[in-house]
Amino acid sequence: MIRFKWTAFAFALAASLLGAAGDALAQGTIKIAYTDPLSGPFAQVGDQNLQQFKYIIDWINGRGGALGKKFELVAFDNKSQPSDALLALKSATDQNIPIIMQCSGSNIAAALIEAVDKHNERNPDNRIIYVNCGAVATELTNEKCSYWHYRMDAHVGMKAETMVRALPKDVTKVYLLNQDYLFGQSVERDVKAFLAKLRPDVKVVGDELIPLGKVKDFSPYVTKIKASGAQALLTGNWGPDMTLLIKAGMDAGLDIRYYTMYAHLGGGATAIGPAGNGKVRSVMAFHENIAVETGKTDTEGWTKQFRTQHKFDFYAAGFRTIFEFLQAAINKAGSTDPTKIAAALEGLTITDMLGYQVTLRKDDHQILSEYFVGVFTKGVKYDSEGTGLGWKTEVTVPAKDLDQPNTCKMKRPS
Amino acid sequence: MELLLVSLLNGLVYGMLLFMLASGLTLIFSMMGVLNFAHASIYMLGAYFAYDVSRHIGFWPALVVAPVLCGGLGALIEMYGLRRVHRNGHIAELLFTFGLAFIIEKAVQMIWGLLPVPYRVPAALDHTLFHVYGTNFPAYRGFMLLVSALMFLAIWLMLTRTRMGLVIQAALTHPEMVGALGHNVPRVFTTVFAGGCALAGLAGVIGGNYLVTEPSMAFTMGPIVFVVVVFGGLGSLAGCFIASLIMGFVQTFAVVLEYSLADALAAIGIKVSDATALGEVLTIPLPRIGALLPFVMLILILLFRPRGLMGTRDT
Repeated sequence: MIRFKWTAFAFALAASLLGAAGDALAQGTIKIAYTDPLSGPFAQVGDQNLQQFKYIIDWINGRGGALGKKFELVAFDNKSQPSDALLALKSATDQNIPIIMQCSGSNIAAALIEAVDKHNERNPDNRIIYVNCGAVATELTNEKCSYWHYRMDAHVGMKAETMVRALPKDVTKVYLLNQDYLFGQSVERDVKAFLAKLRPDVKVVGDELIPLGKVKDFSPYVTKIKASGAQALLTGNWGPDMTLLIKAGMDAGLDIRYYTMYAHLGGGATAIGPAGNGKVRSVMAFHENIAVETGKTDTEGWTKQFRTQHKFDFYAAGFRTIFEFLQAAINKAGSTDPTKIAAALEGLTITDMLGYQVTLRKDDHQILSEYFVGVFTKGVKYDSEGTGLGWKTEVTVPAKDLDQPNTCKMKRPS
Repeated sequence: MELLLVSLLNGLVYGMLLFMLASGLTLIFSMMGVLNFAHASIYMLGAYFAYDVSRHIGFWPALVVAPVLCGGLGALIEMYGLRRVHRNGHIAELLFTFGLAFIIEKAVQMIWGLLPVPYRVPAALDHTLFHVYGTNFPAYRGFMLLVSALMFLAIWLMLTRTRMGLVIQAALTHPEMVGALGHNVPRVFTTVFAGGCALAGLAGVIGGNYLVTEPSMAFTMGPIVFVVVVFGGLGSLAGCFIASLIMGFVQTFAVVLEYSLADALAAIGIKVSDATALGEVLTIPLPRIGALLPFVMLILILLFRPRGLMGTRDT
């Protein structure tokens, strides 16, 4: 009899919880689903993103959220697998969540774009918007573009152009090393294209694609890079592929300039270490010393508060821009209906926390914002990960210079 | 020539690190038939223990303390975990160690966090030992080679010259008979398991600052170690040694040799381009699939010689 009572109690509890999770908007919060690797080799990337999102959401809720409702993040671990990301999407749509965000893995992004398109076509009364916070393969807003996909980070084409522009005149031999999947291949193609266009004097002496997240020992690659005589290493590697590569290069005493896209993310500073003073550059949307350099004291104070609470520096200014866009779009649309939010988002312009004008392009839903190249060096106000060195801006590229043409043929809903 | 020499050295260092890990697993697998999925997790724990100890006391004490801690943990796992699960058969033991691997990974994430920890090479070894055609050969790598060579020597001496070693050797190939002869087989098992874990811990101390120390290092290192154990063969430490070196060289040289199957075919006169059937597969250069080669070798050895290179027992 006791067993029966407990079962009934458990059922009642479960039913009430399910009922509560039913309509995401009934409780007065705007739920945002977020899926990224929260376990496995890329777990630290997902976890750091999560911590920064939480900080940003607390801040924006403190400023009233949107339409008087607070934002709420619902996180799903996708273990770096497209299949798990699609499960997360299903969970999100089951709970009528209007927006899903994802940042890490262009292969996952491509799967999500397709799945979201299909879902929105078949379920016009339960649509979902896919906000892409970091999957940057150029194809996603060109060949694979979609009305329901909004990319909130500069894509590979823009980052590659920034990287090539930052190459000094005396560098004439470069080595390309990237991860062997959609994103890395995108980097390889775009860097070569921009080198041919902007720096025809530069020769690509080596071009490597490595399996994603599998290589532990980069010393053989370092040997090859050295043998090629390259003066600069251009790489889009992220996560352990980035930290291990740089570490191996530093250990072997490789005398080369590193141009990366993600060395400023978590783990990078630790991998570079003090030995890398002045050698490593990264193409980035933000680092904590930009606010110092441009005199934006309120932004400086805001990111400083984050780093005193956490063991790593704040790098995701783009995430705050996402929520500022969402806040503006929801307020403009006057509703949390995804169809109305989507219409309000495209073409929207806001001012970001560094004081720059940022636009969401209408024809391909790609964000247009300023971009920077930072060098890892001594003598900056905010150091990274307790190493004593930090990022200093070397090159600033204004948004209008990155307004590249696109091949998107967007199908708009009627 | 330069490429060959540097790659030989790199492959040797990586191979010896694999050997340190695989030797413990071979002993455990050969004797107890337990495929210890948690072996790479103990390796990870060794690295984390060494990081903590070296922060408070120093690297040299950590070299002793961390393996001892891992050995102690191994003994506890064996006595209170495996011994109870043993009576349910091999599958149960396998699942137990599999679950243990996940628990250890989560525990590490909870205690030390998800970021890689700054476990660095000690300052005394953080210089260049010698130059090879302009590339630095760090002193720390020389130290790694030294430790793994000493370890191999120590294991070999213990197995062949001590009484306990003789019992272990016998139990490697004929465990039931050893039990029938009246030796305390459970105690031998605990000793071997603890010893294997201590070896994994030592590999962690050495390898943790050579590679990055992070919570996923167990699951990235684990599969290669299994390949080495199966490739080398059960019951044979020498086979394990040779297999580790082969794997180390294969993975290192695969990166530097820019050939593909198409090149091999061209050598016998068949021209392959992107347009020919299977052209895309045949023109893949070796470096792109380098990380998969150990697993290809695993499949081949299981097909053609299941007992491994120098195995003295069937799997």
